[in-house]
Amino acid sequence: MKPILSVQGLSKVHGRGCSKCIETTGPEQETNICSWCGSVVAAHDVSFELHPGEILGIMGESGSGKSTVVKTLFFDEEPTRGSAQFFEHDHAWNLFDLNAAQRRWLRNHRFGMVYQNPHLGLNFNVSAGGNIAERLLMSDLVNYKAIRERALDLLSRTEVLADRIDDSPKKFSGGMQQRVQIAKALATQPPLLFLDEVTTGLDLSVQACILDLILEIQQELKTAMVVVTHDLGVIRLLTSRAMVMKYGRVIETGLTDQILEDPQHAYTQRLVASAL
Amino acid sequence: MRHYELPAIDEQEADSDLHEGTAYNFGFLDEYAKREVRRTILKAIAIPGYQTPYASREMPMGRGFGTGGLQLTLSLIGQNDNLKVIDQGADDSVNAVNLRHFVELTCPGVSTTERTVEATIIQSRHRIPEVMLREDQVLVLQVPYPDPLVVVEPSEEKRKTMHGEGDYSRLLTKLYEDIVQFNEITISHRYPTKINGHYVIDPSPIPRYDVPRLHQSPNLILLGAGREKKIYAVPPYTSAVPLAFEDVPFRTENFLDAQGNRHACMRCGCTHSFLDEVISEQGERQYQCSDSDYCNDQLAVLKLNQTEGVNA
Amino acid sequence: MGYVAIKGGAKAIEGAELAFEALRTAEGEQGTPISLNAIENQLRLLTSRIVSEGGLYHPRLAALAIKQMQGDTLEAAFALRAYRSTKPRVLETPVQSTGNMRLIRRISSAFKDIPGGQMLGPTTDYALRLMRLDLVDESAEVFKNMARRFLKNHAASASLPDTFPKVLDSLRAEGLIPGISVASKNRPEQAFDITREPLVFPVTRSAALATMARAETGSLLAMAYSNMRGYGDIHPTIAELRVGYLPVLLPHPVTGEPTEAGEVLITECEVVAMYEGAEPGELPTFTLGYGACLGHNETKAISMAILDRALQKGMRDGPSNPSEDPEFVLLHIDGVDSMGFANHYKMPHYVTFQSDMDRLRATQMKARGDLHDAPL
Repeated sequence: MKPILSVQGLSKVHGRGCSKCIETTGPEQETNICSWCGSVVAAHDVSFELHPGEILGIMGESGSGKSTVVKTLFFDEEPTRGSAQFFEHDHAWNLFDLNAAQRRWLRNHRFGMVYQNPHLGLNFNVSAGGNIAERLLMSDLVNYKAIRERALDLLSRTEVLADRIDDSPKKFSGGMQQRVQIAKALATQPPLLFLDEVTTGLDLSVQACILDLILEIQQELKTAMVVVTHDLGVIRLLTSRAMVMKYGRVIETGLTDQILEDPQHAYTQRLVASAL
Repeated sequence: MRHYELPAIDEQEADSDLHEGTAYNFGFLDEYAKREVRRTILKAIAIPGYQTPYASREMPMGRGFGTGGLQLTLSLIGQNDNLKVIDQGADDSVNAVNLRHFVELTCPGVSTTERTVEATIIQSRHRIPEVMLREDQVLVLQVPYPDPLVVVEPSEEKRKTMHGEGDYSRLLTKLYEDIVQFNEITISHRYPTKINGHYVIDPSPIPRYDVPRLHQSPNLILLGAGREKKIYAVPPYTSAVPLAFEDVPFRTENFLDAQGNRHACMRCGCTHSFLDEVISEQGERQYQCSDSDYCNDQLAVLKLNQTEGVNA
Repeated sequence: MGYVAIKGGAKAIEGAELAFEALRTAEGEQGTPISLNAIENQLRLLTSRIVSEGGLYHPRLAALAIKQMQGDTLEAAFALRAYRSTKPRVLETPVQSTGNMRLIRRISSAFKDIPGGQMLGPTTDYALRLMRLDLVDESAEVFKNMARRFLKNHAASASLPDTFPKVLDSLRAEGLIPGISVASKNRPEQAFDITREPLVFPVTRSAALATMARAETGSLLAMAYSNMRGYGDIHPTIAELRVGYLPVLLPHPVTGEPTEAGEVLITECEVVAMYEGAEPGELPTFTLGYGACLGHNETKAISMAILDRALQKGMRDGPSNPSEDPEFVLLHIDGVDSMGFANHYKMPHYVTFQSDMDRLRATQMKARGDLHDAPL
């Protein structure tokens, strides 16, 4: 089966960079910071494939580079090196060669993103329904009634009460804000969804609800997803395949079950062992 | 080696060159300024609805009093032109009087008129004349805010990108929120309008009533923002569509009373023009045509009909 | 050729002009019309301000503008700016080094003593702001005597040099501030002409300085103050503040040689601010802020230097407070633009208001449930 997303050699360096950056950073050196020029190697040489309807996990602790990967793919940041392709039935997009208008089109029509911080994904000056409307309006739907119905439908899917549709997200709990974000991301039925630490910081019961929701969505809509998290439980529950990252490098990839049962890399072993 | 010297001034000598230096060029602006404005106009016409930046010159009236419209008029006007200036639809509104007087002063030989049909250039603040204009006429509108996106994004740099990419979703979202809250789109004047299928403009503070006049107009419409230093255009026969939802159509002011009857102008009886609301000395609410020249025309028609009625 | 007949609006305008003039000449027979000389000399700082905000070095016309606008600084600067607006560009003078200034005042807060000395010059910095009642009934005698008194000890100033070295040059020699890049010496950057080009963001430092040079003093001061007070972190020290005359060099009509055609009074302020970390391989240095304006206006030059530094920071790292945001600062400090717009609200707005009333009435009606076809 052809992949929906393919990434080769993705790298991101903050700062001016030098010839020693790669060799002085990484899991063996236990640092992201180049000792020669002070640049931060956030991610180096990340490659992977994602198939339609599949959930891929990127796991790591802070500084691992996992968020950087999705940020570059969603065009929030510019990569230093590497290439990536997004595939549709008849068309392949070379992501980092696209211009601003093309990127915006993909973001509005084919991709979705849910951030850990709802302030990044939601407009707090606009109602919950308005947030969803904004995304629908970006994708050229201009019928008020249809927009309203779709917003209500999405919010009910994400278990937000219909009578909250006109409230500002400022009035919502953290869990509800995330649900609105998910509703918003799904508004255009994107074939590819990025989820960056979406349950981190939420109450456990709320986390469980949201994770269930994500699974339902995947089953129903067959959305391919990249789930970024430091939480093993999330990896176990959601993903079929996973990558483990440390200090910007991918140190282990494979089927989630295998990684969790039989981790190869010493770091992964420590991670798995330390899980509560 | 110099010491601090108190300057000695021969007053007469100093002031003689003051008097010499104050002769103005035809049209007040120097020819370089006019050329720049004309080039900007051409660019604006070539890209309908695009806010073209230009080095707006200071004029002897305040920013906000029509310096943008005035620079357009002064750059276009010639000896064969007949200029009409209106404000709120009226020729004798104070600002219109001031601007017209300035043109008369700085463009000797140019005619001015109140009659819309006789004008070649019409400079207007806040209204478009009721009578349809012709291909040989140019309408110049005075603009305080050229950018409709300013309500959702304060940064000009970011707005430029939004315009370039045709990304008006945040503006449409604002309209959505209006309908949610008020069951209506509450924008009254300055209604965002899409020109030639791409750029959305602020058509200047004309009432909604006048927005349909932009669409496929035979005449060129130029919009000048002096303070914000932008010129934009709606070329002749260009589409101008107010932003709306398919199922929540754009509505104009209806001037209906509580019983649903259309108010009429108390002077000429007209029931199809934009009306000014006036509170009489007795505290009554009365209505009169905003377009004073049109009111005169309608009044003449009314009188003619009355006379004919008597003679019939 | 036809003209529109004068009606109500025109009469009102005529009446307003008359009333304005009547107030200006209210003293009647007892009054002495102010001479332009009096304004230029006795109100020299006011004149400087108008010259600077009008963007035209013509102190005499500035004095006229002050007289005509009855002392309103915003209107006076506006009148001068409008006058300048009609003048075609004749020539551009070459770039000047302010080291050549013929100084009347020069101080440095960074050092106790500097080559050439600290020259306080004409300043009220260390004076007591007590009301001088002796000025209430001044006589012309006082003017004559003052000149005699001031020039009595001029022999002592015989040892003053013609020009004074820039304080920054000594800091530069020690490497404490960035050197002037060689590239810019060989190919100097084109100065931004604020009278010929509109601001399109992001703008160059030259455009920011040009905008601030003719900005309204109070607006500039407020923005700079917000930075000084705590919103910003410039921590400025004035390396040098100079007030003096710069020659205006024009090409000789026959030989083409740059010839001094006159001089202009300017105020210049160079501020040294927080030092920053450097690129690897380079040492950290102090950062600089620069302010300069026509006429004698120290508050403006200092404010400008602070904002120059703040904007450089904002343009590079993104603004962390309003004074570092180029759009926020540069679009709101022009006195002609801001004053015009603030005052334009007094113009008739009844058509737009009619439009607003229509909207509200429609909304109220819907809220009362009178209309049957409400969406949703």
